[in-house]
Amino acid sequence: MSFHFVKLRKIWYIISLAVLVPGLISLMLQGLNLGIDFTGGSLVEVRFKEPTAINEVRDVVTGQGLASAKSIQKSGETDFLIRTRELNEEQSSALISALRENVGELDLLRNERVGPVISNELLRNALLALVIASALILVYISIRFEFKQGIAAIVAILHDVLVVLGIFSLLQIEVNSAFVAAVLTIIGYSINDTIIIFDRIRENLHFRQRGEDLEDMVNRSIWQTVVRSINTVLTVVFVLVALLLLGGPTIHNFVLAMLIGVTSGAYSSIFTASPVWLELKLREERGGGQVAQA
Amino acid sequence: MRWSKLIILSVIVLAVAAVGVTAVLPLKMFQDNEQLPWVQENITLGLDLQGGVHVVLEAEETEEAQVTADSMRKAKGIIEERVNQLGVAEPVIQLQGDKRLIVELAGIEDPEQAVQDMIKPAYLEFKNAEGETVLTGGELKDAQAVRDPTSGRVTVNLTFTEKGTEEFARITTENVGRPLGIYLDGNMLQNPTVNEPIPSGKAEITGYSSLDEAARMAILLQSGALPVKLEVLEKRSVGPQLGEDSLNSSVKAGIVGLAAILVFMAVYYRVPGLLANLALVVYTLLVLGVFIGINAVMTLPGIAGFLLSLGIAVDANVIIFERIKEELRTGKGLRPAIDAGFKRGFVAVFDANVTTLLVAAVLYYFGTAVFRGFAVTLSIGILASMLTAITLTRWMLHLVAGGNIVKNTKMYGA
Repeated sequence: MSFHFVKLRKIWYIISLAVLVPGLISLMLQGLNLGIDFTGGSLVEVRFKEPTAINEVRDVVTGQGLASAKSIQKSGETDFLIRTRELNEEQSSALISALRENVGELDLLRNERVGPVISNELLRNALLALVIASALILVYISIRFEFKQGIAAIVAILHDVLVVLGIFSLLQIEVNSAFVAAVLTIIGYSINDTIIIFDRIRENLHFRQRGEDLEDMVNRSIWQTVVRSINTVLTVVFVLVALLLLGGPTIHNFVLAMLIGVTSGAYSSIFTASPVWLELKLREERGGGQVAQA
Repeated sequence: MRWSKLIILSVIVLAVAAVGVTAVLPLKMFQDNEQLPWVQENITLGLDLQGGVHVVLEAEETEEAQVTADSMRKAKGIIEERVNQLGVAEPVIQLQGDKRLIVELAGIEDPEQAVQDMIKPAYLEFKNAEGETVLTGGELKDAQAVRDPTSGRVTVNLTFTEKGTEEFARITTENVGRPLGIYLDGNMLQNPTVNEPIPSGKAEITGYSSLDEAARMAILLQSGALPVKLEVLEKRSVGPQLGEDSLNSSVKAGIVGLAAILVFMAVYYRVPGLLANLALVVYTLLVLGVFIGINAVMTLPGIAGFLLSLGIAVDANVIIFERIKEELRTGKGLRPAIDAGFKRGFVAVFDANVTTLLVAAVLYYFGTAVFRGFAVTLSIGILASMLTAITLTRWMLHLVAGGNIVKNTKMYGA
């Protein structure tokens, strides 16, 4: 067999670390750029009839006593995103009519307000969902496969989630509740990929060729499924790239997270999950051998 | 070649094409009157796609007003009445937990104003010169905004209940020549002087600049005062422009993504690829049908979920086709290879899909309303894909292989 996936596993670990470590450092130093879903606050998106300079918009926002507006961002030809502390209904109406009077006629594209009660609930639910999803997966794999494969799958999931979190932290891309859905879906895809390979390993373990050591068996399993892994990732990537380019700004960050995560998921099922399971299995065999000698 | 099997296959292709075309293309192509495509006509779009506002309200405990199950039910009824007066199609008003109300209004023009009106206490009082409350809005029977055709003056005309009429007659008799203030939520609207007793049970509030303004006030008074104080916890409004943008761009992206998958499958897997593509079209129609059938709401994340589920549906076939190729390489005949491929591939597909379903279930349980749409489409997609990608493709492959329509194993990727 030409290329030995498993013998080279130290290299894959190094590649993973090279991506993970900068992301982790960034997560610790600057954290994530949390949107109003998690911090609470207001977000107003407007579309002016005429092309408008950002300074005009900023002047009006400042004039409304919102000098501390977190950011004013041009989101399109005539579109602006304004993020502020939480505004009540009167305040946001006042802001919008001030923009109409002083800048020009506009359409209100979006007006979101999230209070602290809701943002705390969202954050708590997001973390809870991640933990429960991981636990359910571990239980299912332990039943259908074996506990060690469950652990290896969870390591791969953790890998993918951290890759996405790390890149979003490094680039300071805004994270909102859509991001949580993206992360959960990434988990779904990643586990999907991992299971297809583990299914082969499970089958090959039953019909293990005489004299074939564990490393070669895992390598053979990966080779048997690698075309499927590539083709499936390709079809998903087609859809995601189409959504990224044509899908509009609202789901842009969601799709970007998915794209990074799905790619990482395909990588981790081959280069993380399988080698990690092998390491665990080899340790067990060595351990088992010693017991037998004693 | 067995002609009967070729005919069956052709009938399937034509039937799928016919259903697909009528579902997706506008009917005006076949009829004179302009009508939306069947799918678009029947699918319920979420607020993020048609524009609208989603509000979470929470009742706050105050000294005067306690939050009870009864007061929440009353508040819900009052908000329902206020919302219905706005002329919104199919508003959603739900109680959540002990003290929350969720209100969703689709296609509304001024969501800011609607939310402000929704949470107004609208407590109407009549106070005498000493500042004592002598009558409240509880005795109101009706409130109507009226414009006087000659003077153009806009008023809100009040009609009291029977008991209210008696009270009002008594109060106006006692207060002739003295002011009788009208207050809303503690703010004085006006303070007219009573000229003579009013036995008719009618009164009017003046001072409105437009009929619109008066009409809003009439709605508030008619629906009555909220029994509890409501606060906005969360509000998300999407303008109709953004909703339309999102819908158009995601549909466009979906078509491009789907086309890319179809081309890839046909080129890479040839005959099985073409059959898988047919299964994928059936799959798409099935998912849309189920969606309409269970009256699910299509949101932007829902569309994304559906497009991603295409990947899962294709994946099931990719796994099985790769397996068939392997079996062919070991020297098996075409039909045994197809059987073995499906049998062995199925286990992998099953386990992989169950775990994804677990994740979707968690997402549904913890997700916000919009992302429930995503979880639902993903789940429906996975279940439907088990049906089409496995059962349907297998049956068609047998038809093609068994009917000797295509015999060359190279055309199966071997």
